[in-house]
Amino acid sequence: MLFDVTLKADPSHPSLTVVSVVGELDVATAPKLRQELVALAASSPAGVVVDLGGIDFLDSTGLGVLLGALKRARTAGFGFALANAEPQVARVFEVTRLVDILPLHPTVAEAVAAIVEA
Amino acid sequence: MGEIRLEIPARPEYLSLARQVVAAAAAVEPRFRSERIDALRLAVSEATTNAVQSHADLGSGERIVITCDLDEERIEVEVIDRGGGFDPDELPAVPEPGDPERLEFERGLGIPIMRELTDESEIRPSPEGTAVRLVVYRSEASAERSRTDPAVDAPDADVRDGGE
Repeated sequence: MLFDVTLKADPSHPSLTVVSVVGELDVATAPKLRQELVALAASSPAGVVVDLGGIDFLDSTGLGVLLGALKRARTAGFGFALANAEPQVARVFEVTRLVDILPLHPTVAEAVAAIVEA
Repeated sequence: MGEIRLEIPARPEYLSLARQVVAAAAAVEPRFRSERIDALRLAVSEATTNAVQSHADLGSGERIVITCDLDEERIEVEVIDRGGGFDPDELPAVPEPGDPERLEFERGLGIPIMRELTDESEIRPSPEGTAVRLVVYRSEASAERSRTDPAVDAPDADVRDGGE
């Protein structure tokens, strides 16, 4: 199964890191994303945006990884935001009401703006 | 009515296959709405994830069995494991999203998701393992009709409800 995680600096705010995830995020693939996000949190980033646009499936394990990343961000004091979720992925956040604490921004630029303006 | 039976090794890398097979089985009935198939795909994945975990906890090498029973109104899926079994009523409640404690719970959402996304769900634990039964109707309207009058079989429903 194709699954990939890439990190790059946001072009307009290079101190922010954009994490792009491609594939299906479940218990088989979540450890790889968790590993990347844990390492990123330890590198004292100014902020992290996870681009979910390449994810066509996300389950409760994937949600748990994103929730863990939010917790680390709050503890370390950096901004964390999600962007670009497909409708079937957004639905999982809505069903679990996690959208209340993990807002989904329509685009990466809007997620970056939310962190910068916070 | 047709039944499909899939046996998979109890390993995470087979979850994707289980999802694909169940979604493809539902799609055999062209009137199944795509958001309903997405809901089924996720519910089955959660049930199968729990099954894989329960086999891992026991070190069991047995396979997980997934059956799909499809008719023109609904699909019924069973996920049967040979793990230790568990009592769903004894699971800890996940705090509300606004509760600061919510961030301490990275797990525990699988069963609430299963229940929320299906029209019927049942978890049957036994000493031999757990069977999870999930039912999804082809549309909201079809599910609603089954709730109000389970005896009615409505193959001509599209005529009455405007071709959903």
